[in-house]
Formats: sequence, structure tokens, C-alpha cells
Amino acid sequence: MSNVVMLTRIRLARNLKNYPFPCRLNTAGKNEVCEKIISAVKNCNSPLADDLEVFYIKDLTEPQRIALVEKHLASPEFVSDPSGRAIILSKDRTMSIMLNEEDHIRLQILKKGFDLEAAYDIADKLDTLLDENLEFAFDEKLGFLTQCPTNLGTGMRASIMLHLPALKHSNAISRIAGNLQKLGLTIRGTYGEGSEPKGAMYQLSNQVTLGISEKSAIENLKNIANQLVSQELQAQRRIADSIEVQDKISRSLGVLKSAKLMTCDEAMELLSNVRFGITTEVLDTVSIDTVDWLINDIQPATMMVEKGEKIAPRDRDILRATILRERL
Amino acid sequence: MKCQKCNKNNATTHIKRVINGEFEEYNLCSECAKEMGYNNIFGSFADDFNSLFGSFFENALPARTQATRCEFCGTSYSDIARTGMVGCANCYDVFADRIMPTVRRVHGNTTHCGKNSQFAKAEAAQPQEEKPSDIDALKSELDLAIKNQEFEKAAELRDKIKAMEGKDE
Repeated sequence: MSNVVMLTRIRLARNLKNYPFPCRLNTAGKNEVCEKIISAVKNCNSPLADDLEVFYIKDLTEPQRIALVEKHLASPEFVSDPSGRAIILSKDRTMSIMLNEEDHIRLQILKKGFDLEAAYDIADKLDTLLDENLEFAFDEKLGFLTQCPTNLGTGMRASIMLHLPALKHSNAISRIAGNLQKLGLTIRGTYGEGSEPKGAMYQLSNQVTLGISEKSAIENLKNIANQLVSQELQAQRRIADSIEVQDKISRSLGVLKSAKLMTCDEAMELLSNVRFGITTEVLDTVSIDTVDWLINDIQPATMMVEKGEKIAPRDRDILRATILRERL
Repeated sequence: MKCQKCNKNNATTHIKRVINGEFEEYNLCSECAKEMGYNNIFGSFADDFNSLFGSFFENALPARTQATRCEFCGTSYSDIARTGMVGCANCYDVFADRIMPTVRRVHGNTTHCGKNSQFAKAEAAQPQEEKPSDIDALKSELDLAIKNQEFEKAAELRDKIKAMEGKDE
């Protein structure tokens, strides 16, 4: 499966039956919910428990909190208000459980590449394990009950992160987004939410969670994703022959290899061009994995956490340029 | 404060984002928020309706429609309409008549299909008749299959539904 799909994510929303949802809990109530879930996780009869680490958001520095967002392990809303919130992470950081985000439990599995079934399988097992030790709010008709009715039913949001430089280049995304909405799916920029997504990275997810089983929702998303991927590949083939496009790709790599100052936005654009160059075989000196790791490692808060100190924006640009020069 | 996306309307939705390593509040008007998927699904209509007509009807209507609060968490329907958030599991029962139209509008149907909670399974362990809700769930899957032009799957579902309906007669 090409390199168009970068990341797969499955998220399940769950709530404890005997507590109000987080919007009606004060900090003490939220703390109680946290402790209850954490002890259920620690005491569950599974080797999994040894692999999990608990972090209270209030104990984390600001860069550490933001780095969680940059790594897709937590939402900005979640880490911006630390009171009564905690996150449980697996050591390899592919599993995260946000406590008291919009729901008591937001369980999430990340997987590199395109593998919705495998990611769901892990999420499902973890969910069953938690369900055995905690009583979830569930209604036979409405399914799992959630704070926001948009998540009722399965409580499952399945997403894949796609790199769509050619479709973005041909301004096709907004037309596609309109069509996807009719199919109960949504597509959004992954970085730099708003007008222009940075680096042509998009997130495709299901919207409807009630009345459609996890399996059907995943199948549906997979079918549409496959169509999008083949459209992207077609569009890539169409434009990759152009000497202008090839020039842009090669120049992007040139700048990344030699610049002394590099903002995050510029790096994302250039890395996206290089990634495009690799998939279209215009470039063969860099691997996709290198590019994908760099996209992760040059994010501002991630760099600060790695360095262990707060770094001023200008110094970050210097450090980022250095990392890019060294690794490319 | 003006909406930071369209620069025209007043901003009513405030979203926390991370921009260049720092938290930032992004202020949007309800239209742009809706476009970006951040809208309150109960819409401003419910809110306006309550504030406009709430006081008008307060004395005329039985207490249930205006002043009922969930006995478990203390949430009123106007809290739900204002914030877009339901207070607790019990609220779904207490305010069912008012929440369900929104649920139907958002999801296209109102019957769960998929994984069940362990406890629900235990409770349902006593033998039950074929539930009509199962048929509803299959029907909505059928609608979706047709929409997606997955006709083979649609045919399978249609046969299943036929079989189940046949049993009822």
C-alpha cells in the first residue's frame, strides 16, 4: 500500500456509569474518576498493565504537554486545562488513554501506515479489559453514552492520516471534502488547522457512530481511503513528469540540506515536497521513514522536550536547520 | 471579537490549538466553526428558543418542559442546548424527547449497532425475543450500503432483514 497513508488511528470514547460526564464534574470528582480508572488499569489481569505509564497533566511542563499534541497522543483542548486530567501511555507510545477529556475515557491506538483492522483489534481488546473492571455507561438503544451526542453508539472515531500533495496542488480537496460529508466522513488538515493545511497532510475520519457497527464503519472508511489514495497517485503521476515540479522537489531537498535557519512551517512544506519526490521516484537518496521521523522530530515542543529545556523561537529555527542538515 | 477565519462575523466559539509550540485560542463565528466541525450540534436555535420563549412559556407549560433538571447531575435541557454537552448517562433518559431529534439529525438514525458493553450483555443474558431494534440497525446498514453502492453487501442485508421480518409475521 503506497506511502500515501502515513498513520492509522482508532479512538474509543467511554464513560463510567456512576459518575456525571466531565463537564459536570469538579476537580475533586475528576480526580476520583482518574484514580478509579488508573487502579482498574493497574489491577487488570494482563501483561499490558506493566507496559503502561501514568502521567498527571498538572505534573508536566508546557513543552511536554504540547509535545503530546504534536505526537497525536492528546488533543490541544485536553492538555490546555490540566486540572483533574491524566494520560496513560504505553512505553512505545502507540497507545494512549486520556482521562477526563471530553469523556472519562478516550482510548486511542496509533499505528504507522494503513492498518485500521489491526488498530481496532488492539483498541477492542483494551476496551474489553477496561469494561471488565469498570462499569461503562451503556444503553441498549443508544450504545455507549458520551458527553457529546456526536459520539453515541460505538464511540469510535477511526482516522487515517494521508499525505495528499498532488490533490492539494490541483485544488481538489475542497470538492472531495464536500462529497465525503455526504458519505458520513470528514477530511481535515492535520497541521495548521484552518485555511491552508501545512505539508498537505490530512486526516480522514468517520463522522457517524450510531447505527453503524465498528466493522462497517471501518470498512466504509477503508473503501473511501483506497479511492482517495488511487486518485492521489493518479494526480501524482500526472504532475511528476513536469520539469517545474521536479525542480521544486529537488530545490526543496537542497534548501533542507543547507539552510541555517528553518521555521517549522517552512520545514513542513519542504519535507512534504521531498516526500512527494520519493513517492514519485523523482528522488531516491532519502527514505520515506527518514522524512516521516523528521516531520515528528522538528515540531517545536518535541524539540524542546528532547533537549530538556525551553528554547526561544529563533534558537529553535537554528536547531531545526541543524537537525535537518545532519539527517539529510 | 471578530471571527479569525472570515473576519466578518462575531466570534462565538473559542478553540484551543497548538501553534508553533504554544497554546493559542482560535476564535470563530458559528458559521466558520460549523464548517470546521466545531459547532454545537444543538445549534443556536435551541438556545434562542429558550431565551426568547422560555420566560413566555414558563408559567403556561408544565414544569417538565422548562424547569426539569436531571436528578443525578443537575443539568437542565437549556444547559445541554447552550453547551452542546449532555451532563450524564441519566440525562439521556430524562431529556430523551428533546435530545433524540438532534441525535437523529446528526447520525441519520437512533439505534446502536456494534459492540455491546459486558454488563449490558450480562443483563441481556435472559432469553429475549428477536428485537425489532436489530432490524432497524440492519436497515440503516442497508441504507448506507446502497448509498456507497456496495450492492452485494446490500443484497445480503436485505435478505437478512426479510428473514427476520418473516419470523415476526
